[in-house]
Amino acid sequence: MDHTKLKHVAAELRGEVIELSHRAKTPHLGSSLSCIDLLVALYWGFLRIDPKKADSADRDRFILSKGHAAPALYITLCRRGFFSPQLLADYAKDGAALAEQPAPHCAPGVEWATGSLGHGLSVGIGMALAARIQKHDYRTVVLLSDGECNEGSVWEAAMFAAAQKLGSITVLVDYNKWQATGRSEEVMALAPLRDKWEAFGWESYEVDGHDFGQIRAALVRGELPDRTKPLAIVAHTIKGRGVSFMEDDNNWHYRIPNAEELAAARKELGVE
Amino acid sequence: MRNAFADEITKIAQQREDMVLLSGDIGNRLFDKFKDVSPGRFFNCGVAEANMVSIAAGMAASGLQPVCYTIASFLTYRVIEQIRLDLGYHHQRVILVGTGAGLSYSSLGSTHHSVEDMGMLRLIPGLVVLAPGDEKELRPALHAALDYPGPVYIRIGKKGEPVVHDTEPEFAIGKALRLREGKEVWILALGNTLPLAVEAATQLESRGVSCGVASMGSLKPLDTKLLGDVFTSAKVVATLEEHSVFGGLGTATAEWLAAQPARAKARLVTFGTPDEFLHATTHQSSAREWAGLTVENMTQRLASALS
Repeated sequence: MDHTKLKHVAAELRGEVIELSHRAKTPHLGSSLSCIDLLVALYWGFLRIDPKKADSADRDRFILSKGHAAPALYITLCRRGFFSPQLLADYAKDGAALAEQPAPHCAPGVEWATGSLGHGLSVGIGMALAARIQKHDYRTVVLLSDGECNEGSVWEAAMFAAAQKLGSITVLVDYNKWQATGRSEEVMALAPLRDKWEAFGWESYEVDGHDFGQIRAALVRGELPDRTKPLAIVAHTIKGRGVSFMEDDNNWHYRIPNAEELAAARKELGVE
Repeated sequence: MRNAFADEITKIAQQREDMVLLSGDIGNRLFDKFKDVSPGRFFNCGVAEANMVSIAAGMAASGLQPVCYTIASFLTYRVIEQIRLDLGYHHQRVILVGTGAGLSYSSLGSTHHSVEDMGMLRLIPGLVVLAPGDEKELRPALHAALDYPGPVYIRIGKKGEPVVHDTEPEFAIGKALRLREGKEVWILALGNTLPLAVEAATQLESRGVSCGVASMGSLKPLDTKLLGDVFTSAKVVATLEEHSVFGGLGTATAEWLAAQPARAKARLVTFGTPDEFLHATTHQSSAREWAGLTVENMTQRLASALS
């Protein structure tokens, strides 16, 4: 799919994520919007997955370690045909399969229940090592938030993957420069984030996390055969990306859009 | 007990292709044979226990059978959330083996004691907690753990503990092992306190008190049938553990007892570590004295509970 089409898909998914937040009154909208382009780049053309065989042993694994962006994942999986729109229609209702943050085996395509930060990379490393042991050639991709990189376990995992020369794992950091209650740089001195991954033994690149060309160019580095280094892609993103009145405004970590805001957002996205 | 663990896990690895062993940078040379028979299946995960447990969860989700091994205090306390979510919530087949549990590493200080571990892990839904009484009980316990379709914590001692069982017993999750029968007193021993229970029972018998002993190798689930038997037949039932009197076998037994519709005949006496940190430099025997885990203290308290 060319980039114009990917952009259109991303705009539609953004519109749906905002609509979902409005309808279900669930937060973390800014965090979902910042990683939509990363998800589109992964699910349209990179991950070797078959929505009809969501459990096949040799599928590529994707873990959304920043579980609070679950609406973005649900909408992506639904659009790719992993499950029916009805599942999405019931999102966050009492008894629904899809909760605000994913539960174990909640829907086809959801690999892990996340929501407590700092687990996904380690779990992904376990899956990647299992591939090595069982002689599968699947790749494992883990999407982290920048706030999540506060967790010490992320760096335990980083050192271990490098020691294991685990070339089949790729990390994407959704570096939107905010965490729940402050600038990520002020809370934990995250920069220089690419250098940190390099220092931990990873091959690392910085990309514009809203530029499909750059994201893809970095992702394909992870496909090179006989890799001995894990790959970290630090994706510079904008929290609330796509809607001018939400962009880089951390209030949208928790705010719920009202009907007027939903309409204005859709108009701006061109998905009315 | 740890040598028996290394030996048994090596035997199992020769029969099972899905076995992987993860260690938290301990067991120098202990697993050399495992590495020989099972190349590529041993991972020294370094001093990063949280990462180790989540990695094991990811491996289990991909069809492997991981066993994580390190010192009990480091495997449990800082890793409780990884155990709760990645193993418990996902109900993954991962076996956690905590070595040097209880007061085994007494001389290393409270950093190395694990006397709250079972209280914490017992709260996690679907997680089985085992504490075999000696190395002969450990081997079948390991096999029982492998048959359980979810997470299991096995709490073991260090090395050189006395062997109590003559032969390998028939171990089952949720089932205690009755070593000797008694009419007046029963001592329910957990893990490495089993030899002490047998000694105390022998003392009591020599004083004319009929005393039974059971190894409570399965703390969760608890053998409630055995509890029903001993609390209706005996006068005094004692729990014995190298663990806090809060949260472990004593508490689990008291919880069961409180929920019984009919008043039990027997009185419950609990032996365990007190609700305080041990600050003194001690060897295991002195630490047990501090906690009242001695034949003298036990026989005295049990005799007075009988009178």
